[in-house]
Amino acid sequence: MSVESLIFEKGAPGRRAASLPAMDVPTEALDSMIPADLLRATPAPLPEVSEIEVVRHYTHLSQRNFGVDTGFYPLGSCTMKYNPKLNEDMAALPGFARIHPLQSDSSVQGAIQLIYELEQYLAEIAGMARVTLQPSAGAHGELTGLMLIKAYHQSRGESHRNLVLIPDNAHGTNPASATLADYRAVEVKTDRKTGGIDMAHLKALLEANGANVAAIMLTNPNTLGIFEANVVEIARMIHEVGGQLYYDGANANAVLGITRPGDMGFDVVHFNLHKTCSTPHGGGGPGAGPIGVKEHLIPFLPGPLPAKDERGYYWQDAGPQSIGKVRANMGNFGVLVRAYTYIRSNGPDGLRHVAESAILNANYLRHELSKDYEIAYPLICQHEFVATAQRYKDEYGVTATDIAKRLLDFGMYAPTIYFPLIVHEAMMIEPTETETRETLDYFVSVMHQIAEEARTNPEIVRTAPHTTVIGRLDQALAARKPNLRWQPGQEKTHS
Amino acid sequence: MSYVPNTPEEQQAMLEQMGLTSMEELLTPVPEQVRLRRPLNLPPALSEPDLKRVLTRMAAKNKNLDTTISFLGAGTYDHTIPSVVPHLQRRSEFVTSYTPYQPEVSQGMLQAIYEFQTMVCQITGLEVANASLYDGSTALAEAVLLAVGPGGRGEVVISEGIDPQYRRVLHTYAFARGFQVKEVPTRNGVTDLEALDAAVNPTTAAVAIQQPNFFGCLEDARAIERIAHKGKGLFITTITEPASLGILAAPGEYGADLAVGELMSFGNTMSYGAPALGFMASKQKFVRQLPGRLVGQTVEEGGKHQTGYVLTLQTREQHIRRERATSNICTNQSLLAVGATIYLAALGKQGFRELAELCLQKAHYAFRQITAIPGYEAAFSSPFFDEFVVKLPMPAARLNHHLEQNDIIGGYDLSKSYAGLDNHMLFCVTDTRSKEDIDHLVAVLRATQGVQA
Repeated sequence: MSVESLIFEKGAPGRRAASLPAMDVPTEALDSMIPADLLRATPAPLPEVSEIEVVRHYTHLSQRNFGVDTGFYPLGSCTMKYNPKLNEDMAALPGFARIHPLQSDSSVQGAIQLIYELEQYLAEIAGMARVTLQPSAGAHGELTGLMLIKAYHQSRGESHRNLVLIPDNAHGTNPASATLADYRAVEVKTDRKTGGIDMAHLKALLEANGANVAAIMLTNPNTLGIFEANVVEIARMIHEVGGQLYYDGANANAVLGITRPGDMGFDVVHFNLHKTCSTPHGGGGPGAGPIGVKEHLIPFLPGPLPAKDERGYYWQDAGPQSIGKVRANMGNFGVLVRAYTYIRSNGPDGLRHVAESAILNANYLRHELSKDYEIAYPLICQHEFVATAQRYKDEYGVTATDIAKRLLDFGMYAPTIYFPLIVHEAMMIEPTETETRETLDYFVSVMHQIAEEARTNPEIVRTAPHTTVIGRLDQALAARKPNLRWQPGQEKTHS
Repeated sequence: MSYVPNTPEEQQAMLEQMGLTSMEELLTPVPEQVRLRRPLNLPPALSEPDLKRVLTRMAAKNKNLDTTISFLGAGTYDHTIPSVVPHLQRRSEFVTSYTPYQPEVSQGMLQAIYEFQTMVCQITGLEVANASLYDGSTALAEAVLLAVGPGGRGEVVISEGIDPQYRRVLHTYAFARGFQVKEVPTRNGVTDLEALDAAVNPTTAAVAIQQPNFFGCLEDARAIERIAHKGKGLFITTITEPASLGILAAPGEYGADLAVGELMSFGNTMSYGAPALGFMASKQKFVRQLPGRLVGQTVEEGGKHQTGYVLTLQTREQHIRRERATSNICTNQSLLAVGATIYLAALGKQGFRELAELCLQKAHYAFRQITAIPGYEAAFSSPFFDEFVVKLPMPAARLNHHLEQNDIIGGYDLSKSYAGLDNHMLFCVTDTRSKEDIDHLVAVLRATQGVQA
């Protein structure tokens, strides 16, 4: 066990690590430029450290962090696939990395071209009429999509629609986005046999309140890894009552080239480019959450949108019905360059191969793990599946958390646990297509060993992890007495 | 180029191990009527070297700031990036990790974010900061949402001195959530205090300004604080040019309840404006209403005293609280926060102040030189930091076109965003502009006298 002290605990007065440009202009007295009461009274107490200290400190921190480049990362619904190095190099080209968002269109023809073409690629992949690349992440795409739906209903004199139907296995962002768009989230039950929507429940909800339904938000395949077999019928039912269908693209890695949300009947789709298109997660962002829409929603899209004529590429202002902007500038361009590179790298056959291989790897793991673990819905899955540790909890007091922590001891990250909420002791496993068979087999052997340990030596699982830089942390203390920043005089972090 | 490692033969063997013969059998859950029975209509796959060539050519069609002298800011700023920042930020253990759900193997990212939160508090003078938001504009929207509260109604008053893009975003969120936004005009480049005083009433949920504002001018933050706090509303300050905090009063020093804004320019590439780095800092009392991730320091379980870091107060968040969450945000901008943290560590206490002095002095030098040219006048007499507005002897678009032909990116054409500001340009001069660059601009402007209409 080791500690890396905070940067604030390092260094000495007067030390510094960065050299700034020379003051090469004639200077004026500060008080002649800025009124005294607008001046800073106390300097910001930032660290005083040398360059070698900065380098060692953040190098040590990186060594205390696990990424896809470190090892297997089967975190369900997060699609932790390999992030190609080529994409990083392309995003760092000065022509992409060193341009200002308010430059004239004529001076950024390559950037607008990339955005223009990426929009078209994503529209084709999703089966939609038009795409905007403005939203910053999946949840931002959800919010934007719901705003479009709101504007659409309003334009038809149907502002009274205030309900958004959301399955009980949906990502938490769905109901949170609905609230943010001033909608009420209504839960739709999962069919316990199929893992899809409980059609009787949906029917009852629509009969009771169909006229107030603004939309349904579906993830397909859903968070159980199950493809919604009734999706066409659901689309028909929702459209019949005047609602719209929103596709949460968190799991779109499973559908590339195999099926398209637009063909399933969805009106709005978001992509998580940091999942499906292999752009790195960066420890929690940046992502990008472009949305695609059908023809009838195009007038409401946020602007500006890229366009092209005989003179070249340009930004076109949105029309009068546009919802406005959902962020400053044009979307997470650095992420978009990576996604563009990924799509061109794979091509149409390659993308389909991505989806098929992801599905194959998930089913392979599901098949192999089912010897030791109960699978919540033991059917053919798509890109992920959910296992449960319920039996181990009941019989040996070993929980999903314990199993997750024990996995860390073997140089692997853990699955998503306790989600979806409808499966007790859930372990949601998504291997992605970029893992070798040997890695999958190793994961299976480790999961088997943990199952054995649960039976024979449960304590070793319950007290895991044992080989990480630190053991389990006191979450309750963190929440009860929040310490969210370092302050002078605070107890030193050395043990 | 494919990144799928297993060969077709290996994949076939895996299928057979499951008792299957073909991939198609795994696709049976997808109903035939929605199957795509044709290849996607996309360009064919390219090898790595071929694709590099395509993208390098595309990038070369853009005029970039390494080879062009720019005086464009208006919300996006070019500051020197020390070499240590990209080298450390791009370490792949940071880059390829997810949100740190398993703290035992994510201490590096968690500690870096804890240091980020601390530094945001240090530069803003506030008591608590979150782990980041998408960008400055959505950070402002989230601050306003916090102020209007879970009901989502009520009215907020904002200054027209706030970045026009930020205001547009706020109006979009207001449309969705159902609150009202009242805009107060500016006078002499700063918020009209009389108009502001008239607009704020006891039910106003929040008053928001930008400091320095979009014109680069300095608002009388202390006077605005008094107006904002005459009722129960919150006082929100937006900061798009964080270098200003090296010299200007910190939001905590003039009584702001919340400070939001943009930190992308601290150590991160500009990348056509995004990914950006929104931040939010507040007084301690709002900690449980903050949107987004928060990292907290704690200790190991079981009476051991070793320090560690975790995501905390998660009951505010969407994955726990669902429709009752304080925000829907999940993925934020962690890697950019790491960049800003390394940047501020490298700059340090002294460098942070020097950065602000460089921006301030260089901008004021440029201001004196430009306004000495016949026909070029200062638009406002309010004090400014590193941006200023000049009334030109011609439309800004025409001047910019001319400058572009001389490989100079001119300032922002204010007629795009403000009625009545035809022929007005917002110039930005940061630490990255040398005296030589400024003198070159001035020489070109003087030579431009001849091309006026």
